[in-house]
Amino acid sequence: MKSRRSILGALALGALLVGCSKSSAPQQGAAPGASAAPAAGEVLVGAYFSLSGEETQFGKDSQEGIVLATDELNAGGGVKGRKVKVIFEDTKSTPQEATNKVRQLIDRSKVVALLGEVASSRSLAGGLIANAAKIPMISPSSTNVEVTRGREFVFRVCFTDDAQGVAAAEFVTKKLGKKKVGLLYLAQDTYSSGLAKTFSEAVKKLGGEIVVEKGYQKGEKNFRTHLDQLMAAKPEIIFVPNYYTDMVPIAQQAKEKNIPGSMFVGGDGWDSEDLLKGAATELEGAYFTNHYAPDVPWENSKRFVAAYHARWKREPSSLAAQAYDSAKLLFDAMGRAKAIEPLAIRDAIAATKGFSGATGTISIDKDRNADKPLVVVQIKGGKFVYHSTVNEKQP
Amino acid sequence: MSGLASALLNGLAQGAMIALVALGYTMVYGILKLINFAHSEVFMMGAYAGFFALAGPLAGLPPLAALPLTIVAAMAASSALGVAVERVAYRPILSRGGGGKAVGARITPLVTALGMSVLLQNAAVLAFGARPRSYTRMPINTQLVIFVTAIAVMGALHLLVNHTWMGKAMRALSTNVEAARLMGIRTTRVILFTFAVGSSLAALGAVLYCLDQSQAYATMGQVIGTRAFVAAVLGGIGSIPGAVVGGILLGVVGELTKLTSYSGGQDVLTFVVLIAVLLWKPTGLFGRGGVEKV
Repeated sequence: MKSRRSILGALALGALLVGCSKSSAPQQGAAPGASAAPAAGEVLVGAYFSLSGEETQFGKDSQEGIVLATDELNAGGGVKGRKVKVIFEDTKSTPQEATNKVRQLIDRSKVVALLGEVASSRSLAGGLIANAAKIPMISPSSTNVEVTRGREFVFRVCFTDDAQGVAAAEFVTKKLGKKKVGLLYLAQDTYSSGLAKTFSEAVKKLGGEIVVEKGYQKGEKNFRTHLDQLMAAKPEIIFVPNYYTDMVPIAQQAKEKNIPGSMFVGGDGWDSEDLLKGAATELEGAYFTNHYAPDVPWENSKRFVAAYHARWKREPSSLAAQAYDSAKLLFDAMGRAKAIEPLAIRDAIAATKGFSGATGTISIDKDRNADKPLVVVQIKGGKFVYHSTVNEKQP
Repeated sequence: MSGLASALLNGLAQGAMIALVALGYTMVYGILKLINFAHSEVFMMGAYAGFFALAGPLAGLPPLAALPLTIVAAMAASSALGVAVERVAYRPILSRGGGGKAVGARITPLVTALGMSVLLQNAAVLAFGARPRSYTRMPINTQLVIFVTAIAVMGALHLLVNHTWMGKAMRALSTNVEAARLMGIRTTRVILFTFAVGSSLAALGAVLYCLDQSQAYATMGQVIGTRAFVAAVLGGIGSIPGAVVGGILLGVVGELTKLTSYSGGQDVLTFVVLIAVLLWKPTGLFGRGGVEKV
């Protein structure tokens, strides 16, 4: 009786699996801008993003940027006379699903290159598969150093956390001329504590001094004692490389203690409309390093913002701009490659120098990371406003 | 020195808030011998109820009128939720537990409680989104308000438990549910009342917490809930003064660790304190090994 039950169970499971793979098939054509059936001669590119789940917005923004880039390319005749089709798959905001979908894109859809993900955990998972299968992959927005390390086929078009820490240190010590720096960071978080570490090393190298350093615990929302401790050391500026969710209570409690917003400098984790909604007045005058700002004074960016606005009727986020750049850079590399096959495309991406993107001029360095400018954004009058550029490569 | 003084004041306010939530754990445990893990989610839902009340119907009112009404709205919503959790999840299982003799009579309700916690948290993510919601700022000294309110409410609870008929019934249940029923006490009603009171205290804590620290978010119950649960165990779970002392102790210790260079590992020190106390006194500070628990 028992064995019979398990056979029945196995059958049911098998039926379920068949059902699953069938139902995921129409998803391929569901992406906006993609044509219904892959015509002969079309170049297939895979894209995996979080189109559902907790970080749906990340995926949607990225998808819109890539669709815009693809439509522009195909309107201009495609690459080497062939149209490009991007197949979108949903990672459901989990690394496990990223692994599955990358495998599916490579084995079933036979893509020649991959674009994805935003979250570093998912780019790490997808990149492992892509690298083993020798399919080139470009991550638009994963900043964790490990994503590209030791993986010959994995690239990125954004800066790394290390580069950001150094750039923020340069901005603070050189542009702002502040030498006595306080540090407040989320101790259990790789992004926050990693950025704090590279920042403090760079500040010391540039002749500055970390006068006080405070870690805080995940979930902590009461920062009064931290702020008292920070201010007691009399820093000229406080670097807070955390996420906007924690920055809102920090800013509000700083306001109670009459600490001006201009005391704070942050990283790209601050980039959210919610920061402005929660603490725009409290953070008036604060700066943070970012990938991009909609009002950057670069020709390519202006063109991108106008095109994006025309297509999607809204302001592009920095994720959309980076996804747009990742697709454009891939298509550019395909055009330069000897043939449209994975190995040649990989070599062409690796050889990219001085590519003009919406987020600045990008060169791919020997570690397959992007060497590109960082934007410093200031919070001014309740808005994110472009302030200056660090690591500028443009002539 | 002023750093130490302000940290102590911060810790008292923080601790009073934790104590409010810890009371809910300890009251339910005292009566049902059940650790109500869903309590942290009731706290979180109270924060959301307060947020929606404050942002919606009470938006235009002056702060002194809006604050009490917000608290009342949150308490009402949370106690309704707490009672619903008891009716839907605990009572059917506890009534089938065979009076504690069946195998797993302790484990099943515990797992159900964990399940309710996960369910409510995910329901909140679905309903309200994962983004934190910022409370409207009020021009009041929130820490003073927290401390005064918490002490007043705990005083009222003391009176309720020790000087009313319902309090007497609660104490009777905590001694022996079966015997209390034989004495003619409507035990289900007392249990529901306990859940309602505990949940509304959690909602009060939640609104005060959000006014002080600005945000309501779906996973907030985990952070404060864990600390409150630890506070209840520290004080001796089942003991009302124990929960109060445990909460305040935890708040002050937590705040003092922020003065050290180990501020990022606050919970490490918190748990070291817990373990030290339990090694010295396994039943917690006020726990008396089964006698007179509420």
